[in-house]
Amino acid sequence: MALLEVDGLEVRYGGIHALRGVSFTVDEGQVVALIGANGAGKTTTLRAISGVVRASKGRVRFAGRDTTGLPPHQIVALGLAHAPEGRGIFANLSVDENLAIGAYLRRDHAAVARDREHALTLFPRLKERLSQNAGTLSGGEQQMLAIARALLARPRLLLLDEPSLGLAPQIVQLIFKIVRTIAAEGTTILLVEQNAHMALGVASTGHVLEVGSLVTSGPARELAADDAIRKAYLGGH
Amino acid sequence: MDVTKFVQVCLNGLTLGSLYALIALGYTLVYGVLRFINFAHSDVVTIGAWMAFVFAAAIGWAGTDSPLFAMPVILAMSMAVCATLGFTIERLAYRPLRRAPRLNVLITAIGVSLFLQNSGQLKWVFGTQPQAMPKLLSEEALFTLAGVRVPVVDVVVVVLAFTLLVALQWLVFRTRMGQAMRAVSFDERTAALMGINVDMIISYTFMIGSALAAAGGMIYGLKYGNLLQSADSVWVLLGLKAFVAAVVGGIGNVRGAVAGAFLIAFVEMFGAAYRSPQMRDVYVFGILIAVLILKPGGLLGKATVEKV
Repeated sequence: MALLEVDGLEVRYGGIHALRGVSFTVDEGQVVALIGANGAGKTTTLRAISGVVRASKGRVRFAGRDTTGLPPHQIVALGLAHAPEGRGIFANLSVDENLAIGAYLRRDHAAVARDREHALTLFPRLKERLSQNAGTLSGGEQQMLAIARALLARPRLLLLDEPSLGLAPQIVQLIFKIVRTIAAEGTTILLVEQNAHMALGVASTGHVLEVGSLVTSGPARELAADDAIRKAYLGGH
Repeated sequence: MDVTKFVQVCLNGLTLGSLYALIALGYTLVYGVLRFINFAHSDVVTIGAWMAFVFAAAIGWAGTDSPLFAMPVILAMSMAVCATLGFTIERLAYRPLRRAPRLNVLITAIGVSLFLQNSGQLKWVFGTQPQAMPKLLSEEALFTLAGVRVPVVDVVVVVLAFTLLVALQWLVFRTRMGQAMRAVSFDERTAALMGINVDMIISYTFMIGSALAAAGGMIYGLKYGNLLQSADSVWVLLGLKAFVAAVVGGIGNVRGAVAGAFLIAFVEMFGAAYRSPQMRDVYVFGILIAVLILKPGGLLGKATVEKV
């Protein structure tokens, strides 16, 4: 059974029909990429899954439960972590406190301490800045913190929203290398990206979203080789 | 220079500052998580003071012959009532407006304030007659400092206020719940994504702010003795000055509220003693104007650009 099932999901913002019936699944251990242009509904899809926005139609099942309409904190408690668009760093808290708050619902303090150590080996830059105010971090460091913080929830499913957004190419390479490591360690990931090239490079399955609907789905490698997709999303050559 | 007068004025500033600080924290905590001014907060102070009177009268503790534990027991009861009141106000009046424009919430707060002020005057609530707060604490001097008699009540007031302030500081900066409060304050949506139950944190915040208001109300009663009816302007002015303290310190900032409270109280007391007692309110609002011109974010606040 799939870890996440999205079925006929529709979202409306006032008069705007942002999602028009999106369906897909994510299996345990899989990395799935959701690609598409700005405004296609990628972020909205993630927000509807984590409960930040309400679906006007359709269902979401996560970890064997119907989570449609549940508030975010209850969905998160089922084992979902969402590193949101714009990173969502708490700039008024220290780096260390940001990490701690990622593990807010966990009571297994010894395991949290181990996961914290592990996250800091993945992102050694954060280790040097633990006591610093998170607002003082660079964009790349904030993205690292957002991912590390999400990992501290020890999620069954990790939602990553545009981890490459606004970052220098070198940093993007670094972040995706770590995303690959996290996937290899067995975390299931649903990744949203405008940078289709990077996203399809780590994902096994990809979906292409256009104005609120899925238009193409398939193995990531095939999507990356598809001429139409290359033209539209990969800077087409 | 008259040292005795100077020390006396400092002592007055210290007790008044303690009172302002406890009340100012309620404004600042609620502003921190909801970004609005809870205009009903001063009425929670009023009710805290009156509940202390009601409990003391009901138990029969009427004066300094009351047992030593009378004051803490009544304080705890009054704080519990006000915490429940704060919880209820938020749940019934503010939560349904969580997604509404801020102005709606502000107007609702004024409505809640009027409701509490006027229902407090009902015969079967507190009535319209002023009452004398029982003297649960002795006004005898505990010690004398530079010729100034320092009464037991002043010492207890200041110690109590500092204890609560330190406890709050610990709660906000050293506990998991405080961390959640600060996260909610910064970004409610992302806080929810961390698994924080935002509604619950907001409820806690109201309860804590209202409990501190009750402590402020009781301190007011013990120190100044006379409880005027719940719609009297003396309560509004008390709440207003505490609000000024929160703004002067930087609204939303816990340490700022305390700093602002003591600054306001000292200026008020020194102005009254050395310039003109009639002008004491003018000094308080003068500081507000000066701070808003020179450092609009407050003394410890950060300057932010507000989109209107």
